Amino acid sequence: MEPIFDNERPIYIQLVEMIRIDIVSGKFEKGQRLPSVRELALTMKVNPNTMQKALAELENEKLIYTERTNGKYVTEDEALIEKVKKELAQEKVNQYLRSMKSIGISYQTAVKYLQELGGEDGISKV
Amino acid sequence: MELVKCNNLCKEFDQKQILKNINLSISKGKIIGLLGKNGTGKTTLIKLINDLLTPTSGEILINGEKPGIHSKQIISYLPERTYLDKDMKVSQVLRFFEEFYTNFRKEKAIKLLKDLDLKIDAKINKMSKGMQEKLQLILVMSRDAELYILDEPLGGVDPATRDYILDTILSNFKEGASVVISTHLISDIERILDEVIFIDQGEIVLTSPADELRQKENASIDEIFRRCFKC
Repeated sequence: MEPIFDNERPIYIQLVEMIRIDIVSGKFEKGQRLPSVRELALTMKVNPNTMQKALAELENEKLIYTERTNGKYVTEDEALIEKVKKELAQEKVNQYLRSMKSIGISYQTAVKYLQELGGEDGISKV
Repeated sequence: MELVKCNNLCKEFDQKQILKNINLSISKGKIIGLLGKNGTGKTTLIKLINDLLTPTSGEILINGEKPGIHSKQIISYLPERTYLDKDMKVSQVLRFFEEFYTNFRKEKAIKLLKDLDLKIDAKINKMSKGMQEKLQLILVMSRDAELYILDEPLGGVDPATRDYILDTILSNFKEGASVVISTHLISDIERILDEVIFIDQGEIVLTSPADELRQKENASIDEIFRRCFKC
């Protein structure tokens, strides 16, 4: 599917966020070789230079690494992937609790509702 | 060396200054948006770079040389208005391009036309406006050029055609080459731009990497442009 970008934020940052999610969700598996910059740019429909910048940022975060001449790979470091996943989860949890609070629902009730209304597969029963 | 360099470039028509003291450089491997309202000098600047007009004063250098035979070989130009003879068939236009430009990749053009289900023996005047625009873009993008200059490639096309045009630009420009896209329809193209140049009343008012500008202003290029040139 074609990603939708928000023109109000730097495109490269949005790419970093998307690829980070692809890594923690396992769409890109640990140790997997990534497609070339140009291929990635084409699938995401962005400028190859922007993709290059995003990958450089992910490399800074150590989520990917470059093997000289062979291209770029997802990190083998499972602990790092778990850590990043937890950080993302933290953000989502904050969002959930904040939006529950905004409609007047306390923390305890929010937790209860999560189990009650969330359904077993984690998807709303409604 | 810069691909294009303009030094104090001026252009007058009938003593009216259309371009005033343009200083500009375009480096290799970038997609650049030349953004300005209608009638602000975008097309004049493009025509000067393409050697279709001569400067009143100042200079333009393409790869360090004055525009001429050499620059015409390395620049692939999509003009705002069509120059194709509409009585021609697609196959005739392909032959015409092949003879005219040594860097025209006919097989590539044929493949792209095939993806569009466009028949090679179709006459241009029998094609819809959108199809004619796509044909022209395919011709221009099928050259192995160092610089692609697209003057208003999105003028008057529907959203699906617009997506096709952006895709074709992204997937077909030669690695290391640059693309200059002039337009006033900013929101449609801004996500593919490396750099933006704002031009107004014949002057360059801003040049910046696109993402840097978004980060600094916390807004889209389109929004920044509107703020800049509020009527």
